[in-house]
Order: sequence, then structure tokens, then C-alpha cells
Amino acid sequence: MTLPVKKTYKLFVGGKFPRSESARSYQPSETKHIHVTRGSRKDLRDAVLAARIGQKAWSSSSAYLRGQILYRLAEMLETRSAALCEELAQSGVTKANAKREVLASIALAIWYAGLPDKLQSLLGSQNAVQGPFFSFSTIEPSGVVGVIAPETPSLLGMLALCLPVLVSGNAVVALCSESAPCASLALGEVFATSDFPGGTINLLAGLRSELAIHFASHRDIDGLLVAGKPDALITQAAADNVKRVRYCDLPAAAFRDVSRLRSLHWVEPFVEVKTLWHPVAQ
Amino acid sequence: MPHPVAPVEFRVPPVDAVALETRVGELATRSIKKSAKVQGLKLAIAMMDLTTLEGMDSPGKVRQLCQKARQPMPGRKDLPCVGAVCVYPDLVPIAVAALRGSTVLVAAVATGFPAGRTDRVTKLRETELAVANGAHEIDMVIDRGAFLAGRYADVFEEICAVKAVCGPARLKVILETGELKTYDNIRRACRIALLAGADFLKTSTGKVQPASTLPVVLLMLEAVRDHFLATGVQVGVKAAGGIRTSKDALRYLVLVNETCGDLWLSPHWFRFGASSLLNDVLMQLEKERTGRYQRPSDFSVD
Amino acid sequence: MVKNVESRSTVKASKGQLSFGKVWPYEKAPESTDHFTIADRYGLFIDGEFVAPKSKEYFATSNPATEQPLAEIAHANDADVALAVQAAKRAAPAWRALSGEDRARYLYRIARILLERSREFACLETLDNGKPIRETRDVDVPLAAQHFFYHAGWADKLDLVYPGATALGVVGQVIPWNFPLLMAAWKIAPALATGNTVVLKPAESSPLSALRLCEVFQAAGLPRGVVNVITGDGRTGAALVQHKDLNKVAFTGSTEVGKQIQRSVAGRNVELTLELGGKAAHVVFEDAAMDQAIEGVVRGIFFNQGHVCCAGSRLLVQESVHDLFVEKLLLRMQRIRVGDPMDKNTDMGAIHSKEQLTRICELVSAGEREGATLHQADCQLPSKGYWFRPSVFTNVALSHRIAREEIFGPVLTVMTFRTPEEAVEKANNTSYGLSAGIWTDKGARILWLAERLRAGVVWNNTFNRFDPAAPFGGFQESGFGREGGRQGLRAYLKVPFALSPG
Repeated sequence: MTLPVKKTYKLFVGGKFPRSESARSYQPSETKHIHVTRGSRKDLRDAVLAARIGQKAWSSSSAYLRGQILYRLAEMLETRSAALCEELAQSGVTKANAKREVLASIALAIWYAGLPDKLQSLLGSQNAVQGPFFSFSTIEPSGVVGVIAPETPSLLGMLALCLPVLVSGNAVVALCSESAPCASLALGEVFATSDFPGGTINLLAGLRSELAIHFASHRDIDGLLVAGKPDALITQAAADNVKRVRYCDLPAAAFRDVSRLRSLHWVEPFVEVKTLWHPVAQ
Repeated sequence: MPHPVAPVEFRVPPVDAVALETRVGELATRSIKKSAKVQGLKLAIAMMDLTTLEGMDSPGKVRQLCQKARQPMPGRKDLPCVGAVCVYPDLVPIAVAALRGSTVLVAAVATGFPAGRTDRVTKLRETELAVANGAHEIDMVIDRGAFLAGRYADVFEEICAVKAVCGPARLKVILETGELKTYDNIRRACRIALLAGADFLKTSTGKVQPASTLPVVLLMLEAVRDHFLATGVQVGVKAAGGIRTSKDALRYLVLVNETCGDLWLSPHWFRFGASSLLNDVLMQLEKERTGRYQRPSDFSVD
Repeated sequence: MVKNVESRSTVKASKGQLSFGKVWPYEKAPESTDHFTIADRYGLFIDGEFVAPKSKEYFATSNPATEQPLAEIAHANDADVALAVQAAKRAAPAWRALSGEDRARYLYRIARILLERSREFACLETLDNGKPIRETRDVDVPLAAQHFFYHAGWADKLDLVYPGATALGVVGQVIPWNFPLLMAAWKIAPALATGNTVVLKPAESSPLSALRLCEVFQAAGLPRGVVNVITGDGRTGAALVQHKDLNKVAFTGSTEVGKQIQRSVAGRNVELTLELGGKAAHVVFEDAAMDQAIEGVVRGIFFNQGHVCCAGSRLLVQESVHDLFVEKLLLRMQRIRVGDPMDKNTDMGAIHSKEQLTRICELVSAGEREGATLHQADCQLPSKGYWFRPSVFTNVALSHRIAREEIFGPVLTVMTFRTPEEAVEKANNTSYGLSAGIWTDKGARILWLAERLRAGVVWNNTFNRFDPAAPFGGFQESGFGREGGRQGLRAYLKVPFALSPG
């Protein structure tokens, strides 16, 4: 029998799969047999640099193209669904639940794939102002947004928090479920093959207690979406550059209802409304 | 090889209509009261080109107008006489005779006023005759047809030609802004007239609506100001047509005061072309003097 | 051959010399103040009536143009804040339960009464703030009334845009001194339209118009406790935003205080909107309508003495027209009429306070020390009161403090750029992102630039335009959330399945 080739669970930064600069690893509580690269503050720094570059390319892509890339993401999820199920199973998810989680992930990606070219008409406006002026409000991404994914569901939770941020043209630096990072790290392979510009989405693994505060205090991160109850320490640190901060305190069970995850209200906090004025005259 | 000749484009900076009108709106809120009002209204009288330009104009009508011009209000010796009387060319001799001994000037419209749709020879001859008959000022119209067809050089050359036969008379160039329509056109027409040697830029014939408007005059004032800053040559502005009330006149004067400043606050550099404005100004001055509102029929209708 | 091009890069305003104001000076035209009175002392407006503060403390508000005290204002301490929040909390269920149509009717009434009493409000605002009567009369008061009218119409149409949304509850609002009445309207109108009740804290140096607005609420029959106005300084504001019964905080003011507020509401599930400072770029291209661009720049920096968060304080002018533009701008600056704010012909009034004047002076001397060239209007300044000449700095580098810090006064910094890319890069070189201005005759370039400028409001060939229908608010450290428009309602509503605020 041939010895199976085992995967090293590495970070996903700028379209590449680096190890941590700290050369550390950790054993996640749900998959104690696996060593996963343990990202550091400096890995976060690198990821933000990559995200800045990715954000420029991603947000300047046409909405149609962004939709196509998100659809490609769904395609890639579909082709890799068996592998993703296995990754989930490694961290103790039953086969049936893993299957359901992957299918829900695909469904969610499809929903978001159709959204980029609708956002302007859903959230923007033409403003009926006084005087000889044409005024309209467009929406733009906030920039680079940090996402701290829920512990569980690790795959769907990651996607459910990243997609509403990505869809408007933000780049994401996300921290995977600490206890079950394998499936969400495997998402890197899905993203890498979906034609996202490098750096659009970056995945870190590691200890939430170590890294979350650095997400909050990093001055070049514009927004933060954190799984869990509002955390005063995180928001306080985020205030240093007036970050847009939101918390997703859905219990794990609530993720089963995909309709619950398809909300413009999850997109809104990480877009900026830009109002333009122009005179109207001969 | 001859030198390449630059195309005659008369390029000018663009004009933003809304911002121009916004500035006018701001200045229109100036509150001119008491002594400033009296001074402004007296200035307006001195700046007035008292005008009659009708087919039925007759010697009698012109003489009557000239009397009003010399002495706008009997009994008010403190009031100035008007700047000029503006008539058709054939009535210039009548006006010259009627104004002899006064400081009131005679202005003649010329060059096929108001449409200007006649040949160059006739325009020049008409101008020459008006000057020979004693007109101190010539109010010519530009060829709007040529302008709107993009033949700016023709417009320019025609003004130059008229200027050449004006002799000592000062040349007012009527742009007929109501036909040029856009501020960009008007700004370009200002440029052409300034380069061609106009002594005055004048808004309108009074025969086309809209005639003078505040934004158009602000634009003209900016044009002559910039010309002055760049060349040191001062050119006047005449707002003509549609100015009927003292309030209107003061608003124009505010534009002059805050755009071109002290140098232009004189009849030599700013004029109102009007017919019914004078009586309203007189009424307002009487109101300021007596503190009572006036009755129009107490003022002579000339 | 005639030289036919009016070359804008080579024309130098040197041949002719202009002078202004000597031939026809305007007579003083002061607005009369005999049609209203200011009380000697004002209490706090809690639960529908003016009450003496538990603190028993009062402080003076004065006229910055004369330094004369206008009235004594109550200082709200923690106990007063608690009473106001309690009143708002008691009023909340009934107000929220009221039909949108009825809430709309109250707001319409308020808008109408405000217009009816517009002259009184304009005068009061000018006396208390120092801004010219022309602006309070033509901008602050009518726009405030329009905000109430606009939001009245939303009160019964919320279901059309936010189905299933409900009011948040009690809203704490802290507003600055630069547009006291207008900011009160910006804050209160959407809060009431969406069914929230309000505790508002106006700035301690300009509380009179907000207090008079309470009289309008009384006259409109607004139920008790729906709006409460508590006066005081930063301590009062801090006590308010820290109160545990608030469901939302809305703040307009400095970025520094905004960050403190974001920290102090952290972890409490309190909805927050911040409208903070700015250092707006005002970009002028060589093909701009020059005289109008100058008017826009003047409006951008000298409107309201430059006490405007979205003031166009960084002029970026294309190098090819820099000299001529600056020359004309300085000529125009000389003609700004600075003086008695109550005079109807005054363009620029008094600096709002001694503290603000000190800050402006400090930054201006820093600018001079750092090597920038200062140009000031040589107008006559009154001997009493707080005044600062309209000022322009040239030879400014991006690294100068005056190019980075918000001066919040009538001080413009001028820098140059060569290409559109450079204009964008320099315009975006700031931690703020509230507003920007563009002057060019080229439509495609406007849209190209507007897309790239990191600012919540981009004025193209105009500046400092406001309307309740147009969302207003910042990117980056200029804050988050929008005020005005459909988008402005969002932060006052609880919508189903939304994420939680920090």
C-alpha cells in the first residue's frame, strides 16, 4: 500500500499558501491529530497588505465580473464538496450534517453571485434635492474588512460572514474557527481557483484570544465583523480608526436556515454611501 | 514656406451657469439702505442711457426725452442729469440740438439695429453718418448669425471695421445675449468684442427677451475686469433692457461694486439702457427725501 | 494675426489695479432684534417642560461677536441626565405605538411653526453663534424646517423601504456648536419619524436655538418626553452617552470625541452613528470655470467662518493655473465682508469662541513656522469679540500640520498637482473622508475622480450643498452612518435579522 500524502494546513494570504512567519503551529481542539499553522500578528500585517492590493483589483472589477467570480466560487465548492465534507468530518461533524453544510454553502454562494450588480439599485439612490442639481448616492466598499468567523459551523459560518462583506467589493482578512479550522482553510483552495484577484480574501488560522485584538487595533483595517456577542474590548480597540464594527451573534443552530443568512442588512454595514452633486444647466 | 496661421478660435474659460447664478443670488441679497441707497440711485441716474427706439419715434418725442434727460426732476437740483440719450440714427440731429449746452451725450444705435441683418457697407455708412451728425456714442449690434454659425472671425472683423469708422465716438458693442443663449457663448462674444477694441460691452437691444439679466452682466463684468487686469485697458459695460425698478438698478450696481470695484462706478464705465427706470428711481429718491411713498402720476411720463 | 487665445496660464493680474469699497460703501444694515426676547435664564427641557437642574448650576452663553453674555444656561449633571433619559424612556412606548401618520403630523407641524418663527430663530442663532444673519436666514433655518418636513413624510412610509422595522427606543444625541439649530433638526427629525424618543445635548456655547426649538415642540403639542433637551458641557455629553438605557447614540463633532464615544458605548449593543471631522480636498483643474471655481472655493472655506466639518480646506489646484488662480482668489478674498454678524451685508461673522480662535491662531502660526506663506484679507476687524481674517496659505506641503489637521476656521491651504492621478493621491492622503470638491469642465473626468475620492460627499462644480434628501456622512475617520435620504433612516431602525452593533 502506498503511503497517503497528507496535507499541511497553511494560511491563505495574497493568493498563496504560506506558513506562519512565526513558524508556530497548534492542534485545534476538534482535530487534535492535526497540526495547523498558527498565524501571528505579523501574519495579520502581511494579510492586510495583501488585502489592500486585492481590494483595489476586486472593487475595480465590474459588478458583472464579481458576480461571475462568486458563481465560480459556487462551482468550485460543488466540485470539491466531497473533500470539504471530509474536512468537516475530521472535526467531528456528522456526514449528513457536513453534506448539508456544504450544500448550504453552495446555495449561499449562488445567492451572493447574483447580488453585485443589484447593490447600487438596492442601496444607492437618486436624491430629489432642491435647486438645479442632479444628486445621486452610490455605494462603495469600506475597504479591507476583518472577519472573525464563528467556531461552528466552521465552513458555512466563514462563508456566511465573508460573502456579505466581499459582495460589495471589500477585501477580507478572516480568522478561521479556532477549534475546527480545516474546512475553512480548505476554502482557500476554493478561493484560489475561483479567479478572485490575489489578496481579495485572506485566511488566517490561530488563536482568537491572541489575534482578535490585533484585528481590532490594526489601523489599516476599515471594518470588522466578529462572530459572537458584542465585545467591549474589541470595539474599544477598533475605535482608534473609527472602524465599522458589527457582531454576528447567531447561535450555531440558526445557520441551518440559509434564508436567515441572505440579508442586505449584512451587506450594509460595510458599504459607504457616497453622495454626488452636479449642477444642471445649459 | 509661410508661417502656419493659428486658427481664430477666441478660446475662453468655460462658465458654470449654476455657480454664476448662485453668486448673483448671493449678491442680490445685499441690503442697500439710507445714504447708500440715495447715493446708489443718484449714480444710477447719472449712468442712465435714456432710450427711445420705436418705429413711431418722432422729433417731438425725442425733444421731450432730452428735456427729461437734462433735468430728470424739476426742483431737485441735487440730482444729476442722465448719462446719454439713446436714439435711432436719423434722430441724432434732433437730440444733439436738444441737448446742446448740457453734459448729456447722444448715443445712436447703428449697424442695422436691432437685427443687424444688412450688408457691411450699409452698416459702416450708417455708423459714419451717425458720427458725422454728432453722435458721441455708437451702439452697434454684432452679427449673431455669424457667431452662432461659428464664424467668429467675421464677427471680430466687423467690430474692428465699425470701430475704425467711429472716430472720436465710443463704441458700444451689443451682444444681444438673449440670442446667444448660453453663458459660454456670451463669454466668447465678450472676448471677441474686447479684442476688437470695443469701448463698452452692452447686453441687449431691448427687442429680444430676455434682455439684460444679472448673471449676464456679472459675466460681462468679469470679462472686462479680467481684460483690465491682463492688459490695463478698461472697457465699460452697459446693461440694457428689462431694468425697470430701483431695486433692479441697485442690484446691478452691487455687481459692479463687488466685481470691478471703484473704477467702474462712474457713468463713463457703466450704463443702464432704460426708459421706464428713471421714474421709479425718482420716486424712490422722493420717498427717501420725504419719508412717504409716492404716487406715479406725480412724475412726468416722457 | 490677432492673438486669439486667452491664455490662462500666462495672464498675470498685474497691469490693472483694482480697488473696492471706496466709492460706494454700504450703510450698516443690522437686522432688528425687537421682535423676540431672550430669557435671563433657561432650565432643562425634560418631560415636556423647562425645569431647574438638579445640579443647581448654571453657566453663561455669550455672543461671540461682542463677548456680551446672552443668558444663563442650566448645567445638567448625572442626575439630570438620568431624569431626561427616564422621561424619554417613559414616552417611548406610546410614541412608537402611535401611527406613522400621526407622527408625521407632529413633524409637519414643527416644520411649519419653525418657518413661521424663522426670523426669530435666525436672529437668535446669529447672536448665540456668531455666524452671519445672511446664512442663518438663508441656510440654517430654512434647511432645518425642511428637514422636519422631509422626515415627516417618511414617518408613515417606513414599511415601504424597511419592512418589519421598528424603532430602536431611546436615542441620545450630542451636537456641535457650528450649526446648532440645523444639527438639532438633522438629529431629531429622523429619530422622531422612525418612532424613537430623544435626549439631545446641544453644545454648551450655542444652546439657545435648541432650547427655543423646545418651545416649538410645546406649541406643536408634541407628547411629553418625546424630545428632551439637556444643556451642559462635555461632562453632560459623556454622562448621556454612557447612560445604560440608551438604544442609540448619534454624535456630530470632532473625531477625537467620536472615538471616545465609540469606546464608551462598546459592548453595549447600542446603535451608533458618528459624523466627525474632515479635511476636504477641493480639486481645481485647469479647464475649470475659473471665476465660478473661485466662488466655490470661497464658499467651501469661508462659509460659516470655516466652522464646517465638510469645509473644502485643502485646495488642490492644477499647477498650470496655480498662479493665476491664487491671484484671483486673493483678490476675491479681499472682498469678503467681515464684521457684525447681524448686519445683512456681512459675509463672514465672528469666530465662535475664544477657544476656537486660540486653536486657529495656534495652527496658523504652526503653518508660518513650517514655512508656508500666509495671505490674509486686510479687512477692518471689530475691537470686541473673536475674529479671524479670511486666510490663505500657499507654498504648503502635504506634510505640514495645516495640510493635515482640521483647522475648523477660515484658513485655506493651497497645494498643486499635475495629473488627475496625482490629484486623487493627494486628495486621499488623509485619515478623514467626509467631503471633496471637483472643478473641471470635463464630465468623464468628474466621474473618474468622484469614483476614486474617498469621501462621503463629492460636490462637482459646486460646494457645500445640503439637502435632507441627500445622504450625508463620512468615510474612514470622518465617521459612519448617514444622515438624510432613505439611507439616513437605517441607523434609527431595528430591522429583522440584522447584525448587532459593537
